[in-house]
Amino acid sequence: MSQVLHTPPPTPKAPATATAGTSPAGHDLAALAARHGLSVSGARPSLPEYVRQLWARRHFIGAFSTAKLTAQYSQAKLGQVWQVMTPLLNAAVYYFIFGVLMNTRRGVEDYVPFLVTGVFVWTFTQSSIMAGTRAISGNLGLVRALHFPRAALPVSFCLQQLQQLLFSMAALAVILLAFGVPPAVSWVLAVPALVLQFLFNAGVAMVMARVGSRIPDMAQLMPFLLRTWMYGSGVMFSIHHMTGPDSNVPSWVGTLLQANPAAVYIDLMRFALIDSFDGSMLPDHVWALALGWALVAGIGGFIYFWKAEETYGRG
Amino acid sequence: MADTPADKTPADNTSAAGTTPAERIPTVVVDGVDIVYRVNGTGAGRGSATAALNRILRRRKSEKAAGVRRVHAVKNVSFVAYRGEAIGLIGTNGSGKSTLLKAVAGLLPVENGRIHTDGQPSLLGVNAALMNDLTGERNVYLGGLAMGMSRAQIKERYQEIVDFSGINDKGDFITLPMRTYSSGMAARLRFSIAAAKDHDVLLVDEALATGDRSFQKRSEERIRELRKHAGTVFLVSHSNKSIRDTCDRVLWLERGELRMDGPTEDVLKEYEKFTGGPDKKAKAKPATPKPAPKAGAAA
Repeated sequence: MSQVLHTPPPTPKAPATATAGTSPAGHDLAALAARHGLSVSGARPSLPEYVRQLWARRHFIGAFSTAKLTAQYSQAKLGQVWQVMTPLLNAAVYYFIFGVLMNTRRGVEDYVPFLVTGVFVWTFTQSSIMAGTRAISGNLGLVRALHFPRAALPVSFCLQQLQQLLFSMAALAVILLAFGVPPAVSWVLAVPALVLQFLFNAGVAMVMARVGSRIPDMAQLMPFLLRTWMYGSGVMFSIHHMTGPDSNVPSWVGTLLQANPAAVYIDLMRFALIDSFDGSMLPDHVWALALGWALVAGIGGFIYFWKAEETYGRG
Repeated sequence: MADTPADKTPADNTSAAGTTPAERIPTVVVDGVDIVYRVNGTGAGRGSATAALNRILRRRKSEKAAGVRRVHAVKNVSFVAYRGEAIGLIGTNGSGKSTLLKAVAGLLPVENGRIHTDGQPSLLGVNAALMNDLTGERNVYLGGLAMGMSRAQIKERYQEIVDFSGINDKGDFITLPMRTYSSGMAARLRFSIAAAKDHDVLLVDEALATGDRSFQKRSEERIRELRKHAGTVFLVSHSNKSIRDTCDRVLWLERGELRMDGPTEDVLKEYEKFTGGPDKKAKAKPATPKPAPKAGAAA
């Protein structure tokens, strides 16, 4: 069942006109409420107030995301071991298909670490956006029962994915060492890259949460859009090699692909972790790009989400 | 119009408020409120693909042609609730009680009119925030945080919540996942978590019907206690007894209209006459079809 409740017009007609017989009562009630400083129920808070409310709920956001993460494997016999097992098995499958069966390198050194890094980092963005799309429409019960800034939901789902990724990163470190990639100081760069990627993901998740709350069908459409995006982001291949000078692809295609946010964050992580993936394979101004995408998506997404705050849970 | 009986009630004191200014502080002012649900996927085609397409294409045209049905759930209801009052909401199924409650909580938009509140009224219920796969203990924290309590506050109240729920009476169940609880146990824990917070304006939707007899008694006591701390309590219930035990004022909604507003005994007497005596007559008038509000009430 789908039910749509439209937001009321900003200035509702005076109730006095509706109840002609008891017209003074309407004015009295509004005046009474004003005299005692009552506020109108269900109004949207100002942006600074909204940020303050969200910050006040930070413990809830943290607890909710951890709880979701824990609940995921609570029925399994191995329990939380699956947090690490799942990414490891994922990597094993990719290794089996691309490393052993196809023996494909596509001109990339350390292909398995390259591939696994790409898959993990992409999965973080992909699942954050998917979870964001369902953040409101899939939690209407919660939205209709309790008061909290609704942005807490998409942010908390992204946080859950971040925690998931941290488990994957632990598995990734093992894989890197197993494939002979030496540990290096540059591994520290993974931290700022992840922070920026999280900001970007949260912003897009908030945009999709608003869209998904209005059009629940987006949840059906998103997997296809995301898969297209994945193929354009060089998860399984190197954009640098595919569109390099000796290929017949116009160079602006490569530049465009490399500037797309998913590719930027994936390449930054590869640059940080894999020795043979050096700076020459990165697009120009890559950190500025990463920061720019994070700020544009993060701030823009937050404001876009806030603009419809009072309508969530009503569609 | 439902206004006539309502005019002879305590709500009418609003106009006489000038005579006793200091005593009564309003906490909720409901001012000529209409609530309308619009339900998609009804009418021609019964939600088939062509009907959906039709709805998208003719979006801006008449709602009826697009298969959108309007359900007028609450019609021009006005009342004022004061600090220290416990107000019962009664009415037959689908009369708009839960819908009105949700609107007071600010969770549903109103079509016309305004609802003014002192602070944030909260619905008593954290069911939606709890997770069956987590232990009772973690759910106490999760539910508390969802209601806006701080970790320190929850820690302070933790033992109180567990004792009140009686979950640990039959062994150490609080450290087991909630999916292993019996439905009664789970309902008791949910009520205990929800009732742990002091609310300015507390809205209770038939929560008293959960648990065994001894727990019902305890929850009634807790509601009374909350009422002392809190400003105002609203209680939706089909049990006239629990309304009698907890409320001193009753609003009677029927088919979305405020039929009566007054002291508990007076209203309940009329209501019992309406539902108990001429039972057939009540059934002869079918209530407005209202799928949406009840679905919301289950949340």
